[in-house]
Amino acid sequence: MKAENDDLLQEFTSEQIAELDGVIEKHKGEPGALIPVLEEAQMALGYLPVPVQKRVAGGLKLPLSRVYGVVTFYSLFTMTPRGKHTCRICLGTACYVRGGKKIAETLEKELGIKEGETTEDRMFTYESVRCLGACGLAPVVVIDEDVHGRVKAAKIKEILSEYD
Amino acid sequence: MKRMGENGYVKQSFVQDTETLRLSSVNELKELRSILFETLDENKPRLVICAGTACHASGSNGIIRIVKKYILEKRLADKVALRITGCHGFCEMGPFILTEPQQAFYVQVGLGDVPRIVEALLSDKYVEDLLYRDPATGEKYYSRDDIPFFKHQQRSILGLNEKIDPIRIYDYIAQGGYSVLEEVFSKQNADWIVQQVKRSGLRGRGGAGFPTGLKWEMLAKQSGDQGKFLVCNADEGDPGAYMDRSVLEGNPHSIIEGMIIGAYGTRATEGIVYVRNEYPLAVKHLKIALKQAQELGLLGDNILGTGFSFDIKIVIGAGAFVCGEETALIRSIEGKSGEPRQRPPFPVQKGVDGKPTVINNVETWANIPLIFKSGADKFATVGTENNTGTKIFSLVGKIKNTGLVEVPMGITVKEIVYDIGGGASGKAELKAVQTGGPSGGCIPANMFDVSVDYESLAEVGSIMGSGGMIVMDENTCMVDIARYFMNFLKNESCGKCFACRKGTQRMYEILDDISNGKGTLEHLDLLKELAEVVKDTTMCGLGQTASNPVLSTLRYFTDEYIEHIEKKHCPAGVCKALITYSINENCVGCQACIRVCPEGAITGEKKQRHVIDAAKCIKCGACRSVCKVEAVDVV
Repeated sequence: MKAENDDLLQEFTSEQIAELDGVIEKHKGEPGALIPVLEEAQMALGYLPVPVQKRVAGGLKLPLSRVYGVVTFYSLFTMTPRGKHTCRICLGTACYVRGGKKIAETLEKELGIKEGETTEDRMFTYESVRCLGACGLAPVVVIDEDVHGRVKAAKIKEILSEYD
Repeated sequence: MKRMGENGYVKQSFVQDTETLRLSSVNELKELRSILFETLDENKPRLVICAGTACHASGSNGIIRIVKKYILEKRLADKVALRITGCHGFCEMGPFILTEPQQAFYVQVGLGDVPRIVEALLSDKYVEDLLYRDPATGEKYYSRDDIPFFKHQQRSILGLNEKIDPIRIYDYIAQGGYSVLEEVFSKQNADWIVQQVKRSGLRGRGGAGFPTGLKWEMLAKQSGDQGKFLVCNADEGDPGAYMDRSVLEGNPHSIIEGMIIGAYGTRATEGIVYVRNEYPLAVKHLKIALKQAQELGLLGDNILGTGFSFDIKIVIGAGAFVCGEETALIRSIEGKSGEPRQRPPFPVQKGVDGKPTVINNVETWANIPLIFKSGADKFATVGTENNTGTKIFSLVGKIKNTGLVEVPMGITVKEIVYDIGGGASGKAELKAVQTGGPSGGCIPANMFDVSVDYESLAEVGSIMGSGGMIVMDENTCMVDIARYFMNFLKNESCGKCFACRKGTQRMYEILDDISNGKGTLEHLDLLKELAEVVKDTTMCGLGQTASNPVLSTLRYFTDEYIEHIEKKHCPAGVCKALITYSINENCVGCQACIRVCPEGAITGEKKQRHVIDAAKCIKCGACRSVCKVEAVDVV
């Protein structure tokens, strides 16, 4: 247990760990608790490395393999730390046919990372999503909560520079 | 506070303190509705503004803020009202303001336009320059209902969105919401409900088109000792489709009402709405709606004093396309990885936690109150014989009028694309419409006369699906589209069945090769063979339909494949490895392309024809997108 705690403390503060324990406690015993617990845990901690999964497995009395299986199955969960800003490109069909692919390539080039990665300075996490339902504004890039519609490749640099 | 059930209780608590109001009989619901109806001043000038996801993204919140401020500052609250609603469907034109009772439709409104609009409404005039104009003819429309996009629709479900503020249950009740419960509870006949749904001919709007009444009948027959579940499937995973989100966001109470009716008819005990994590606004509105319905006594124990109990909870998905499949969705609700399982047992026998479960899609649930309001027979007169009612499509892609359209079943693709959608958005000719999402298929332009119903679409090799309708033109490469869908499907395959896991990957690799100019004619036979094998040997709906993008593009666009393979040429100018950019004699030497080129690949003096260095060019297309004289060629 102590060794596990040390693993956790390396990445997270004791307040964050207490929050994690609170989340586990809140849902303990509910049927189907695992996914809500992981969703809330990720909201509190930003990502779900193996020590966090161990804690969740222990708390909910589930095998670690089951927790790991669920974390790696769903696209929402991530095991690597995230950047300060999340940059999502929509690659739903509507955005795709209206030039989303080009925007994606430009973003990858500007950020210097591939989809699902985080820049070295942990400023941006870059990912693609299937559809944000803003098809009328295609192609769409969402940075944090801001939706940028009808994006042009030439404007990417300018858009990214708004975030620091 | 007066004792529950006593005469005048509803009126008193409504006037004094609405918070405490809890309805304990059907009559009290009727009373509340008549009070609300009296307060409903439909002739009062009103601004209606959409705050759905797409309009929100184009800035409707700022507009709403300014409108509120203006009304407050000018002390106009007595004269003009504001209603904030969910999606109206015409997302291309957002943010917009609709006025009542005028029905003036102001599009792409800016913050500074607000005062003019309010003042015009107050004096029953129009702000001419902001009215919607047909982009092709320039014709101006004074009434929203005359605009072709709206005129050719039949908006039974979507039409309610503009009448209701989704976070106000009283708005819904005043518009006749929850009135079906009055009839349902007074008849006290569960079987009657199921029979009505069967009579209406309603088929599941999630894609497969299974008759809803039949599903309910099977659930009603199951023993309810352990409890039974009703699930609303709001895991709308098809990229390019968002009708379910709009209904959830814009009219969550219609789903709740539908589920209460369903529960009464099938004697289900618990309800679940399984909604995508990517839809935060829908979750928010649904949570508010559930709380309001519970507080008012429409959900929970002993609903309206009838002794009937039913409640609904929300389960938020964690992002997996396959979870739209019934058995995968059930596993996800149970907190497991969303892998489908073999059927039988069907969910109606063994569903959530092993209990009998019926899963219906959002739009299906939204149809239920409509069936009972109009009567099953009347509902069945809309559409065609075996395809009754309306269907919402999300019309997107290379089309002028992007948005959500609701049409009677049996309409042709042509009517949707041209009469409602206004045709191609650019100069290029339309080539195909893709329906049904990644599991669907393409309908080529020469078959646009096909009737939009479950059977006809299946005949031409596509599917109805949940309602995505993506329009493609000559600049869309069909090999690339097949490759795009296959990439999506290989990523979303859960991996349980070998044929799907490996098959989608191999099909993707072959398509990738073809689009990179490395394809051979043998590849086409191999693709077909793989597609058939995946179709025949996988377990769930995702796997069985995963081949559709390949099969349908191969069926109608073989020539395009062959051109990629034999001539190493992409006719649409999309597949990078097969195209080169060059500048033609139209060039006026404005240097716009030089400024945007990220690689410095373009050179040329002012007023001289520019040149692209093919060795440096990364084919990003930035030059083409800024060129005003169409001087950039792609071959």
